Amino acid sequence: MNLLRRKFLKTATYIGATTAAIGSGVLLPQRVLGAYNEAAFAAKDVNGALTASMGSDQYTASDAIKLKAPDIAENGAVVPVTVSSTLSNVEAISIIAAANVSPLTSSYQLSPACEAFVSTRIKMGKTADVVAVVKADGKLYSASKEVKVTIGGCGG
Amino acid sequence: MASIKIRAKVKNGLTTVKTLMSHPMETGLRKDKKTGEKIPANHITEVTAEHKGNVIMTANWGGAISKNPYLSFKFKGAASGDMIKITWVDNTGKGDSAEAAIK
Amino acid sequence: MKKILTSVSIALLLALPFTTMATPQQDLDAFQDFYKKRFPGTPFDDFINGVYSIDAASRAQWEDIEDFPPYELNISSGEELFNKPFANGKTYASCFDNGGMGIRQNYPYFDTDRGEVVTLELSINECREANGEKPLKWKKGPIADISAYMAFTSRGKVFDIQIPDDPRAVAAYERGKKHFYQKRGQLNMACADCHKFYSGNYIRADLLSPALGQLTHFPVYRSKWGGIGTTHRRYGGCNKQVRAKPFKAQSAEYRALEYFHTYMSNGLIVNGPGARK
Repeated sequence: MNLLRRKFLKTATYIGATTAAIGSGVLLPQRVLGAYNEAAFAAKDVNGALTASMGSDQYTASDAIKLKAPDIAENGAVVPVTVSSTLSNVEAISIIAAANVSPLTSSYQLSPACEAFVSTRIKMGKTADVVAVVKADGKLYSASKEVKVTIGGCGG
Repeated sequence: MASIKIRAKVKNGLTTVKTLMSHPMETGLRKDKKTGEKIPANHITEVTAEHKGNVIMTANWGGAISKNPYLSFKFKGAASGDMIKITWVDNTGKGDSAEAAIK
Repeated sequence: MKKILTSVSIALLLALPFTTMATPQQDLDAFQDFYKKRFPGTPFDDFINGVYSIDAASRAQWEDIEDFPPYELNISSGEELFNKPFANGKTYASCFDNGGMGIRQNYPYFDTDRGEVVTLELSINECREANGEKPLKWKKGPIADISAYMAFTSRGKVFDIQIPDDPRAVAAYERGKKHFYQKRGQLNMACADCHKFYSGNYIRADLLSPALGQLTHFPVYRSKWGGIGTTHRRYGGCNKQVRAKPFKAQSAEYRALEYFHTYMSNGLIVNGPGARK
Protein backbone atom coordinates (compact mmCIF):
# COMPACT_ATOMS: atom_id res chain seq x y z
CA MET A 1 0.00 0.00 0.00
CA ASN A 2 1.65 3.17 -1.10
CA LEU A 3 0.96 5.72 1.59
CA LEU A 4 3.07 8.26 -0.15
CA ARG A 5 0.53 8.82 -2.89
CA ARG A 6 -1.54 10.62 -0.27
CA LYS A 7 1.17 13.25 -0.16
CA PHE A 8 0.29 14.42 -3.61
CA LEU A 9 -3.33 15.05 -2.70
CA LYS A 10 -2.25 18.12 -0.82
CA THR A 11 -2.15 20.11 -4.02
CA ALA A 12 -5.04 21.81 -5.77
CA THR A 13 -7.45 18.88 -5.83
CA TYR A 14 -7.52 18.89 -2.10
CA ILE A 15 -9.84 21.61 -0.90
CA GLY A 16 -10.48 24.33 -3.39
CA ALA A 17 -10.07 23.63 -7.04
CA THR A 18 -12.60 20.97 -7.88
CA THR A 19 -14.91 20.91 -4.90
CA ALA A 20 -17.34 23.72 -4.18
CA ALA A 21 -19.20 23.74 -0.91
CA ILE A 22 -22.70 25.06 -1.09
CA GLY A 23 -24.68 26.28 1.87
CA SER A 24 -22.86 24.59 4.72
CA GLY A 25 -25.06 23.47 7.54
CA VAL A 26 -28.22 25.31 6.58
CA LEU A 27 -31.73 24.05 5.98
CA LEU A 28 -32.39 23.23 2.34
CA PRO A 29 -36.08 24.04 1.94
CA GLN A 30 -36.01 24.08 -1.83
CA ARG A 31 -35.20 20.37 -2.00
CA VAL A 32 -38.13 18.05 -2.20
CA LEU A 33 -37.22 15.36 0.24
CA GLY A 34 -38.61 11.90 0.19
CA ALA A 35 -40.21 11.19 3.56
CA TYR A 36 -37.68 9.63 5.91
CA ASN A 37 -38.60 6.00 6.27
CA GLU A 38 -39.08 6.07 10.04
CA ALA A 39 -40.80 2.70 10.12
CA ALA A 40 -37.91 0.91 8.42
CA PHE A 41 -35.30 2.29 10.81
CA ALA A 42 -37.50 1.86 13.85
CA ALA A 43 -38.19 -1.80 13.11
CA LYS A 44 -36.56 -3.99 15.74
CA ASP A 45 -36.54 -7.15 13.64
CA VAL A 46 -35.08 -7.99 10.26
CA ASN A 47 -38.38 -8.89 8.59
CA GLY A 48 -40.08 -5.71 9.78
CA ALA A 49 -37.13 -3.66 8.53
CA LEU A 50 -37.23 -5.32 5.11
CA THR A 51 -40.99 -4.98 4.71
CA ALA A 52 -40.77 -1.30 5.52
CA SER A 53 -37.72 -0.55 3.38
CA MET A 54 -38.07 -2.98 0.46
CA GLY A 55 -41.80 -3.75 0.46
CA SER A 56 -41.49 -7.41 1.41
CA ASP A 57 -39.73 -9.77 3.79
CA GLN A 58 -39.57 -12.65 1.33
CA TYR A 59 -36.09 -13.08 -0.06
CA THR A 60 -33.94 -15.87 -1.48
CA ALA A 61 -30.22 -16.31 -1.12
CA SER A 62 -28.31 -15.63 -4.33
CA ASP A 63 -24.77 -16.30 -5.50
CA ALA A 64 -25.10 -13.30 -7.77
CA ILE A 65 -24.55 -11.02 -4.78
CA LYS A 66 -21.11 -10.45 -3.36
CA LEU A 67 -20.95 -9.20 0.21
CA LYS A 68 -17.56 -8.08 1.45
CA ALA A 69 -17.16 -7.56 5.18
CA PRO A 70 -14.44 -8.58 7.63
CA ASP A 71 -14.57 -11.93 9.43
CA ILE A 72 -13.62 -10.17 12.66
CA ALA A 73 -14.34 -6.45 12.86
CA GLU A 74 -11.33 -4.54 14.11
CA ASN A 75 -13.68 -2.09 15.76
CA GLY A 76 -17.47 -2.52 15.83
CA ALA A 77 -17.89 1.23 15.34
CA VAL A 78 -16.37 1.18 11.86
CA VAL A 79 -17.05 -1.97 9.84
CA PRO A 80 -16.40 -1.61 6.10
CA VAL A 81 -19.14 -3.31 4.05
CA THR A 82 -19.32 -3.55 0.26
CA VAL A 83 -22.23 -5.01 -1.68
CA SER A 84 -22.08 -5.75 -5.39
CA SER A 85 -24.28 -7.82 -7.65
CA THR A 86 -24.45 -9.11 -11.21
CA LEU A 87 -28.26 -9.30 -11.10
CA SER A 88 -30.05 -7.16 -13.69
CA ASN A 89 -32.41 -4.28 -13.02
CA VAL A 90 -31.31 -3.72 -9.45
CA GLU A 91 -33.33 -0.86 -8.02
CA ALA A 92 -32.51 -1.03 -4.33
CA ILE A 93 -30.03 -2.44 -1.85
CA SER A 94 -30.45 -2.69 1.92
CA ILE A 95 -27.74 -3.47 4.45
CA ILE A 96 -28.80 -5.14 7.66
CA ALA A 97 -26.90 -5.91 10.85
CA ALA A 98 -29.15 -8.55 12.33
CA ALA A 99 -28.26 -8.05 16.00
CA ASN A 100 -28.36 -4.25 16.04
CA VAL A 101 -31.15 -2.61 18.07
CA SER A 102 -32.50 -1.45 14.72
CA PRO A 103 -31.27 -3.99 12.19
CA LEU A 104 -31.59 -1.76 9.11
CA THR A 105 -28.41 0.29 8.80
CA SER A 106 -29.15 1.80 5.42
CA SER A 107 -30.99 1.38 2.15
CA TYR A 108 -30.09 2.68 -1.27
CA GLN A 109 -32.40 3.58 -4.16
CA LEU A 110 -30.49 3.15 -7.40
CA SER A 111 -31.53 4.74 -10.68
CA PRO A 112 -31.10 2.66 -13.85
CA ALA A 113 -27.79 4.48 -14.44
CA CYS A 114 -26.32 2.94 -11.29
CA GLU A 115 -24.33 -0.24 -11.02
CA ALA A 116 -25.50 -2.68 -8.40
CA PHE A 117 -22.78 -1.57 -6.03
CA VAL A 118 -22.59 0.24 -2.75
CA SER A 119 -19.86 0.54 -0.12
CA THR A 120 -20.05 2.12 3.31
CA ARG A 121 -18.94 1.70 6.94
CA ILE A 122 -21.43 0.56 9.56
CA LYS A 123 -21.68 0.23 13.33
CA MET A 124 -22.31 -3.17 14.79
CA GLY A 125 -23.31 -3.63 18.41
CA LYS A 126 -22.21 -7.25 18.56
CA THR A 127 -21.36 -10.32 16.54
CA ALA A 128 -24.09 -10.83 13.96
CA ASP A 129 -24.97 -11.67 10.41
CA VAL A 130 -24.60 -8.78 8.04
CA VAL A 131 -27.25 -9.26 5.36
CA ALA A 132 -27.30 -7.53 2.00
CA VAL A 133 -30.73 -7.57 0.37
CA VAL A 134 -30.97 -6.62 -3.28
CA LYS A 135 -34.23 -5.81 -5.10
CA ALA A 136 -33.93 -6.90 -8.73
CA ASP A 137 -36.86 -7.04 -11.14
CA GLY A 138 -39.17 -6.54 -8.19
CA LYS A 139 -37.89 -9.58 -6.28
CA LEU A 140 -35.63 -9.71 -3.22
CA TYR A 141 -32.34 -11.61 -3.11
CA SER A 142 -29.80 -11.81 -0.35
CA ALA A 143 -26.26 -12.62 0.71
CA SER A 144 -25.21 -12.89 4.29
CA LYS A 145 -21.99 -13.12 6.30
CA GLU A 146 -21.28 -13.41 9.98
CA VAL A 147 -19.08 -10.63 11.27
CA LYS A 148 -17.56 -11.12 14.70
CA VAL A 149 -17.35 -8.11 16.98
CA THR A 150 -14.92 -8.55 19.85
CA ILE A 151 -14.13 -6.82 23.09
CA GLY A 152 -10.72 -5.23 22.88
CA GLY A 153 -8.19 -5.57 25.65
CA CYS A 154 -6.88 -2.10 25.36
CA GLY A 155 -9.90 0.16 25.69
CA GLY A 156 -8.16 3.49 26.27
CA MET B 1 -14.81 23.63 6.69
CA ALA B 2 -16.61 21.83 3.87
CA SER B 3 -18.29 18.78 5.33
CA ILE B 4 -18.20 16.70 2.14
CA LYS B 5 -15.23 15.35 0.24
CA ILE B 6 -15.82 13.81 -3.15
CA ARG B 7 -13.62 11.74 -5.42
CA ALA B 8 -15.07 10.75 -8.76
CA LYS B 9 -13.26 8.93 -11.54
CA VAL B 10 -14.58 7.64 -14.83
CA LYS B 11 -13.07 4.64 -16.62
CA ASN B 12 -14.55 2.82 -19.61
CA GLY B 13 -17.83 4.67 -19.15
CA LEU B 14 -18.21 3.69 -15.50
CA THR B 15 -17.86 6.43 -12.87
CA THR B 16 -16.86 5.45 -9.35
CA VAL B 17 -17.82 8.03 -6.75
CA LYS B 18 -16.36 7.98 -3.26
CA THR B 19 -17.47 10.45 -0.66
CA LEU B 20 -16.55 11.21 2.95
CA MET B 21 -18.74 13.40 5.11
CA SER B 22 -18.07 15.06 8.43
CA HIS B 23 -20.94 14.23 10.78
CA PRO B 24 -21.24 12.94 14.38
CA MET B 25 -23.83 10.29 13.37
CA GLU B 26 -25.24 10.00 16.89
CA THR B 27 -27.67 7.12 17.19
CA GLY B 28 -29.63 8.61 20.04
CA LEU B 29 -28.82 5.55 22.15
CA ARG B 30 -25.50 6.68 23.64
CA LYS B 31 -25.39 8.17 27.12
CA ASP B 32 -23.28 11.15 28.04
CA LYS B 33 -20.65 9.73 30.42
CA LYS B 34 -20.71 12.80 32.62
CA THR B 35 -24.42 13.54 32.91
CA GLY B 36 -25.92 10.09 32.30
CA GLU B 37 -28.35 11.69 29.86
CA LYS B 38 -28.98 10.21 26.43
CA ILE B 39 -27.23 12.09 23.68
CA PRO B 40 -30.01 12.96 21.20
CA ALA B 41 -30.06 11.35 17.78
CA ASN B 42 -28.16 13.47 15.30
CA HIS B 43 -27.41 11.62 12.12
CA ILE B 44 -27.65 11.99 8.37
CA THR B 45 -30.94 10.55 7.17
CA GLU B 46 -30.54 10.99 3.44
CA VAL B 47 -27.73 11.37 0.93
CA THR B 48 -28.54 12.24 -2.68
CA ALA B 49 -26.29 12.10 -5.70
CA GLU B 50 -27.11 14.20 -8.75
CA HIS B 51 -25.65 14.23 -12.22
CA LYS B 52 -26.86 16.74 -14.84
CA GLY B 53 -29.86 17.57 -12.70
CA ASN B 54 -30.92 13.95 -12.31
CA VAL B 55 -30.96 12.17 -8.97
CA ILE B 56 -29.03 9.01 -9.70
CA MET B 57 -28.85 7.57 -6.21
CA THR B 58 -30.52 8.15 -2.85
CA ALA B 59 -29.21 6.67 0.36
CA ASN B 60 -31.39 6.41 3.43
CA TRP B 61 -29.28 6.19 6.54
CA GLY B 62 -29.96 5.30 10.14
CA GLY B 63 -27.72 6.00 13.13
CA ALA B 64 -25.83 2.78 12.49
CA ILE B 65 -23.71 4.29 9.74
CA SER B 66 -20.30 5.11 11.20
CA LYS B 67 -19.30 8.55 12.36
CA ASN B 68 -17.71 10.66 9.62
CA PRO B 69 -19.48 8.45 7.13
CA TYR B 70 -18.17 7.05 3.88
CA LEU B 71 -20.19 6.11 0.82
CA SER B 72 -19.23 4.78 -2.57
CA PHE B 73 -21.38 3.96 -5.59
CA LYS B 74 -20.92 3.57 -9.34
CA PHE B 75 -22.90 4.76 -12.34
CA LYS B 76 -22.81 4.93 -16.12
CA GLY B 77 -23.40 7.76 -18.52
CA ALA B 78 -21.01 10.42 -17.27
CA ALA B 79 -17.92 11.83 -18.93
CA SER B 80 -14.74 13.33 -17.59
CA GLY B 81 -15.40 16.94 -16.60
CA ASP B 82 -19.07 16.39 -15.70
CA MET B 83 -20.04 17.52 -12.22
CA ILE B 84 -21.37 15.19 -9.56
CA LYS B 85 -23.32 16.76 -6.70
CA ILE B 86 -23.68 15.17 -3.27
CA THR B 87 -26.22 16.47 -0.74
CA TRP B 88 -26.92 15.28 2.78
CA VAL B 89 -29.72 16.09 5.20
CA ASP B 90 -29.88 15.05 8.85
CA ASN B 91 -32.70 14.47 11.30
CA THR B 92 -32.24 17.92 12.86
CA GLY B 93 -32.94 19.56 9.51
CA LYS B 94 -29.37 20.57 8.81
CA GLY B 95 -27.82 19.81 5.47
CA ASP B 96 -24.93 20.46 3.16
CA SER B 97 -24.07 20.04 -0.46
CA ALA B 98 -20.90 19.87 -2.53
CA GLU B 99 -19.94 19.33 -6.14
CA ALA B 100 -16.87 17.90 -7.77
CA ALA B 101 -15.71 17.32 -11.31
CA ILE B 102 -15.43 13.75 -12.49
CA LYS B 103 -11.85 12.99 -13.50
CA MET C 1 21.99 -9.76 55.21
CA LYS C 2 20.33 -7.03 53.18
CA LYS C 3 22.96 -4.53 54.28
CA ILE C 4 25.76 -6.79 53.16
CA LEU C 5 24.17 -7.36 49.75
CA THR C 6 23.62 -3.62 49.30
CA SER C 7 27.21 -2.75 50.12
CA VAL C 8 28.46 -5.51 47.86
CA SER C 9 26.34 -4.26 44.95
CA ILE C 10 27.45 -0.68 45.54
CA ALA C 11 31.05 -1.83 45.56
CA LEU C 12 30.49 -3.66 42.30
CA LEU C 13 28.85 -0.65 40.71
CA LEU C 14 31.71 1.57 41.73
CA ALA C 15 34.18 -0.97 40.42
CA LEU C 16 32.64 -0.96 36.97
CA PRO C 17 34.16 1.46 34.49
CA PHE C 18 31.79 4.36 33.76
CA THR C 19 31.92 3.79 30.02
CA THR C 20 29.83 0.60 30.20
CA MET C 21 26.67 2.71 30.60
CA ALA C 22 24.96 2.48 27.21
CA THR C 23 24.78 5.53 25.01
CA PRO C 24 21.48 6.45 23.37
CA GLN C 25 22.88 5.19 20.06
CA GLN C 26 23.70 1.84 21.62
CA ASP C 27 20.21 1.72 23.14
CA LEU C 28 18.75 2.49 19.73
CA ASP C 29 20.68 -0.27 17.99
CA ALA C 30 19.72 -2.81 20.65
CA PHE C 31 16.08 -1.66 20.61
CA GLN C 32 15.64 -1.90 16.85
CA ASP C 33 17.54 -5.17 16.81
CA PHE C 34 15.13 -6.60 19.38
CA TYR C 35 12.14 -5.98 17.10
CA LYS C 36 13.89 -7.18 13.97
CA LYS C 37 14.51 -10.46 15.75
CA ARG C 38 11.03 -10.66 17.26
CA PHE C 39 9.31 -9.98 13.93
CA PRO C 40 11.67 -11.42 11.33
CA GLY C 41 8.97 -11.36 8.65
CA THR C 42 8.42 -7.62 8.94
CA PRO C 43 10.49 -5.38 6.67
CA PHE C 44 12.03 -2.59 8.77
CA ASP C 45 10.13 0.14 6.92
CA ASP C 46 6.80 -1.52 7.64
CA PHE C 47 7.04 -1.03 11.42
CA ILE C 48 5.46 2.37 10.82
CA ASN C 49 2.19 0.51 10.29
CA GLY C 50 2.08 -0.99 13.77
CA VAL C 51 -0.15 -4.02 14.15
CA TYR C 52 -1.01 -3.87 10.47
CA SER C 53 2.56 -4.88 9.74
CA ILE C 54 2.05 -8.10 11.68
CA ASP C 55 -1.65 -9.04 11.17
CA ALA C 56 -3.10 -9.56 7.71
CA ALA C 57 -6.80 -9.57 8.68
CA SER C 58 -6.77 -6.21 10.41
CA ARG C 59 -4.46 -4.86 7.72
CA ALA C 60 -7.13 -5.60 5.10
CA GLN C 61 -9.73 -3.57 7.02
CA TRP C 62 -7.27 -0.79 7.64
CA GLU C 63 -6.39 -0.61 3.93
CA ASP C 64 -10.12 -0.44 3.15
CA ILE C 65 -10.46 2.57 5.40
CA GLU C 66 -7.16 4.10 4.23
CA ASP C 67 -8.69 4.29 0.74
CA PHE C 68 -10.67 7.29 1.99
CA PRO C 69 -9.82 7.73 5.66
CA PRO C 70 -11.76 9.99 8.05
CA TYR C 71 -8.60 11.90 8.96
CA GLU C 72 -8.70 13.56 5.53
CA LEU C 73 -11.38 15.79 7.04
CA ASN C 74 -8.93 16.69 9.80
CA ILE C 75 -6.13 17.43 7.35
CA SER C 76 -8.43 19.85 5.47
CA SER C 77 -9.53 21.45 8.69
CA GLY C 78 -5.91 21.65 9.83
CA GLU C 79 -4.87 23.30 6.58
CA GLU C 80 -7.53 25.97 6.97
CA LEU C 81 -6.55 26.59 10.58
CA PHE C 82 -2.86 26.70 9.70
CA ASN C 83 -3.39 29.27 6.98
CA LYS C 84 -5.79 31.49 8.87
CA PRO C 85 -3.97 34.61 10.13
CA PHE C 86 -3.94 35.50 13.81
CA ALA C 87 -5.55 38.75 14.93
CA ASN C 88 -2.19 40.42 14.45
CA GLY C 89 -2.03 39.38 10.81
CA LYS C 90 0.74 36.77 11.14
CA THR C 91 0.30 33.07 10.49
CA TYR C 92 1.73 29.85 11.96
CA ALA C 93 4.20 29.71 9.06
CA SER C 94 6.16 32.57 10.61
CA CYS C 95 7.01 30.46 13.69
CA PHE C 96 8.45 27.44 11.93
CA ASP C 97 11.33 26.46 9.70
CA ASN C 98 10.29 26.17 6.08
CA GLY C 99 6.96 27.79 6.91
CA GLY C 100 5.99 24.72 8.93
CA MET C 101 5.93 22.44 5.89
CA GLY C 102 7.70 19.11 5.93
CA ILE C 103 9.22 19.44 9.44
CA ARG C 104 7.35 16.84 11.52
CA GLN C 105 10.38 14.53 11.49
CA ASN C 106 12.38 17.06 13.54
CA TYR C 107 10.12 16.77 16.57
CA PRO C 108 10.60 16.42 19.41
CA TYR C 109 13.97 18.12 19.76
CA PHE C 110 16.03 19.25 22.73
CA ASP C 111 16.26 23.02 22.91
CA THR C 112 19.67 23.69 24.48
CA ASP C 113 18.86 27.37 25.08
CA ARG C 114 15.77 26.56 27.14
CA GLY C 115 17.05 23.26 28.44
CA GLU C 116 13.93 21.32 27.59
CA VAL C 117 12.28 18.96 25.12
CA VAL C 118 10.10 20.74 22.58
CA THR C 119 7.28 18.81 20.87
CA LEU C 120 5.31 19.85 17.80
CA GLU C 121 2.14 20.58 19.78
CA LEU C 122 4.15 22.65 22.24
CA SER C 123 5.55 24.68 19.34
CA ILE C 124 2.06 25.21 17.91
CA ASN C 125 0.75 26.68 21.14
CA GLU C 126 3.90 28.70 21.76
CA CYS C 127 3.42 30.17 18.30
CA ARG C 128 -0.12 31.15 19.24
CA GLU C 129 0.92 32.73 22.51
CA ALA C 130 3.79 34.60 20.89
CA ASN C 131 1.20 36.12 18.56
CA GLY C 132 -1.31 37.10 21.20
CA GLU C 133 -3.64 34.13 20.81
CA LYS C 134 -4.96 31.80 23.51
CA PRO C 135 -3.41 28.34 23.60
CA LEU C 136 -5.41 25.39 22.30
CA LYS C 137 -6.28 22.31 24.34
CA TRP C 138 -3.54 19.71 24.05
CA LYS C 139 -5.22 16.41 23.34
CA LYS C 140 -7.80 16.84 20.60
CA GLY C 141 -9.63 19.40 18.50
CA PRO C 142 -7.89 22.16 16.54
CA ILE C 143 -4.37 21.39 17.78
CA ALA C 144 -4.71 17.83 16.53
CA ASP C 145 -6.02 19.08 13.17
CA ILE C 146 -3.08 21.47 12.77
CA SER C 147 -0.64 18.76 13.83
CA ALA C 148 -2.32 16.40 11.34
CA TYR C 149 -1.85 18.87 8.50
CA MET C 150 1.78 19.51 9.41
CA ALA C 151 2.43 15.75 9.68
CA PHE C 152 0.76 15.19 6.32
CA THR C 153 3.08 17.67 4.61
CA SER C 154 6.00 15.71 6.07
CA ARG C 155 5.00 12.25 4.91
CA GLY C 156 7.96 10.29 3.70
CA LYS C 157 10.54 12.31 5.62
CA VAL C 158 12.89 10.28 7.79
CA PHE C 159 12.96 10.72 11.57
CA ASP C 160 16.43 11.66 12.78
CA ILE C 161 15.93 12.85 16.33
CA GLN C 162 19.11 14.28 17.81
CA ILE C 163 20.36 13.98 21.36
CA PRO C 164 22.94 16.76 21.63
CA ASP C 165 26.05 16.30 23.73
CA ASP C 166 24.45 18.08 26.65
CA PRO C 167 23.84 16.39 30.00
CA ARG C 168 20.35 17.92 30.17
CA ALA C 169 19.39 16.36 26.81
CA VAL C 170 20.75 12.99 27.88
CA ALA C 171 18.90 13.34 31.18
CA ALA C 172 15.62 13.99 29.36
CA TYR C 173 16.26 10.99 27.12
CA GLU C 174 17.07 8.83 30.16
CA ARG C 175 13.92 10.07 31.91
CA GLY C 176 11.84 9.00 28.93
CA LYS C 177 13.60 5.68 28.80
CA LYS C 178 12.96 5.15 32.49
CA HIS C 179 9.25 5.83 32.02
CA PHE C 180 9.11 3.31 29.21
CA TYR C 181 10.65 0.50 31.25
CA GLN C 182 9.15 1.31 34.65
CA LYS C 183 6.20 -0.67 35.97
CA ARG C 184 3.32 1.49 37.09
CA GLY C 185 -0.31 1.49 38.08
CA GLN C 186 -2.51 -1.01 39.84
CA LEU C 187 -1.82 -3.45 37.04
CA ASN C 188 1.91 -2.90 37.61
CA MET C 189 2.83 -2.90 33.96
CA ALA C 190 5.42 -1.00 31.99
CA CYS C 191 5.08 0.30 28.44
CA ALA C 192 7.82 -2.18 27.63
CA ASP C 193 5.81 -5.12 28.96
CA CYS C 194 3.08 -4.75 26.33
CA HIS C 195 4.95 -3.02 23.56
CA LYS C 196 8.31 -4.69 23.71
CA PHE C 197 8.42 -8.02 25.53
CA TYR C 198 4.86 -9.05 24.66
CA SER C 199 4.48 -7.08 21.43
CA GLY C 200 2.68 -9.16 18.84
CA ASN C 201 0.75 -11.05 21.53
CA TYR C 202 -2.94 -10.63 22.16
CA ILE C 203 -4.60 -9.15 25.20
CA ARG C 204 -8.17 -10.30 24.77
CA ALA C 205 -8.94 -9.26 21.21
CA ASP C 206 -6.26 -6.59 20.84
CA LEU C 207 -2.92 -7.17 19.24
CA LEU C 208 -0.05 -5.41 21.07
CA SER C 209 1.77 -3.06 18.73
CA PRO C 210 5.58 -2.87 18.72
CA ALA C 211 7.00 0.34 20.22
CA LEU C 212 9.30 0.59 17.20
CA GLY C 213 7.50 2.84 14.73
CA GLN C 214 4.73 3.51 17.19
CA LEU C 215 4.71 7.30 17.01
CA THR C 216 5.45 7.88 13.34
CA HIS C 217 1.74 8.06 12.42
CA PHE C 218 0.63 10.55 15.08
CA PRO C 219 -1.64 12.43 15.48
CA VAL C 220 -3.97 9.49 15.12
CA TYR C 221 -7.62 9.07 14.15
CA ARG C 222 -8.90 6.25 16.31
CA SER C 223 -12.18 4.55 15.50
CA LYS C 224 -12.59 4.24 19.23
CA TRP C 225 -12.31 7.99 19.71
CA GLY C 226 -14.36 8.73 16.58
CA GLY C 227 -11.84 11.47 16.05
CA ILE C 228 -8.22 12.52 16.00
CA GLY C 229 -5.95 12.87 19.02
CA THR C 230 -2.37 13.70 19.89
CA THR C 231 0.47 11.55 21.22
CA HIS C 232 -0.02 12.81 24.76
CA ARG C 233 -3.71 12.01 24.61
CA ARG C 234 -2.76 8.43 23.90
CA TYR C 235 -0.07 8.39 26.60
CA GLY C 236 -2.69 9.49 29.14
CA GLY C 237 -5.02 6.76 27.97
CA CYS C 238 -2.30 4.12 28.17
CA ASN C 239 -1.35 5.14 31.73
CA LYS C 240 -5.03 4.98 32.71
CA GLN C 241 -5.37 1.53 31.20
CA VAL C 242 -2.84 0.10 33.65
CA ARG C 243 -4.64 2.13 36.31
CA ALA C 244 -1.83 4.55 36.83
CA LYS C 245 -2.47 8.24 37.33
CA PRO C 246 -1.83 9.88 33.97
CA PHE C 247 0.55 12.81 33.64
CA LYS C 248 -0.67 16.05 32.12
CA ALA C 249 -0.37 16.45 28.38
CA GLN C 250 2.87 18.27 27.53
CA SER C 251 4.21 17.69 31.04
CA ALA C 252 7.98 17.27 31.28
CA GLU C 253 7.43 13.54 31.85
CA TYR C 254 5.44 12.95 28.66
CA ARG C 255 7.75 15.17 26.64
CA ALA C 256 10.69 13.12 27.88
CA LEU C 257 8.85 9.91 27.01
CA GLU C 258 8.01 11.22 23.53
CA TYR C 259 11.69 12.19 23.08
CA PHE C 260 12.92 8.69 23.92
CA HIS C 261 10.04 7.00 22.09
CA THR C 262 10.55 8.95 18.85
CA TYR C 263 14.35 8.64 18.96
CA MET C 264 13.91 4.87 19.06
CA SER C 265 12.21 5.08 15.64
CA ASN C 266 15.03 6.97 13.95
CA GLY C 267 15.39 5.74 10.40
CA LEU C 268 11.64 5.27 9.92
CA ILE C 269 9.50 7.75 8.00
CA VAL C 270 6.66 10.09 8.92
CA ASN C 271 3.31 8.53 8.00
CA GLY C 272 0.96 10.75 9.94
CA PRO C 273 -1.80 11.36 10.44
CA GLY C 274 -2.76 7.73 10.80
CA ALA C 275 -5.90 5.67 11.29
CA ARG C 276 -6.12 3.00 13.97
CA LYS C 277 -8.88 1.11 15.72
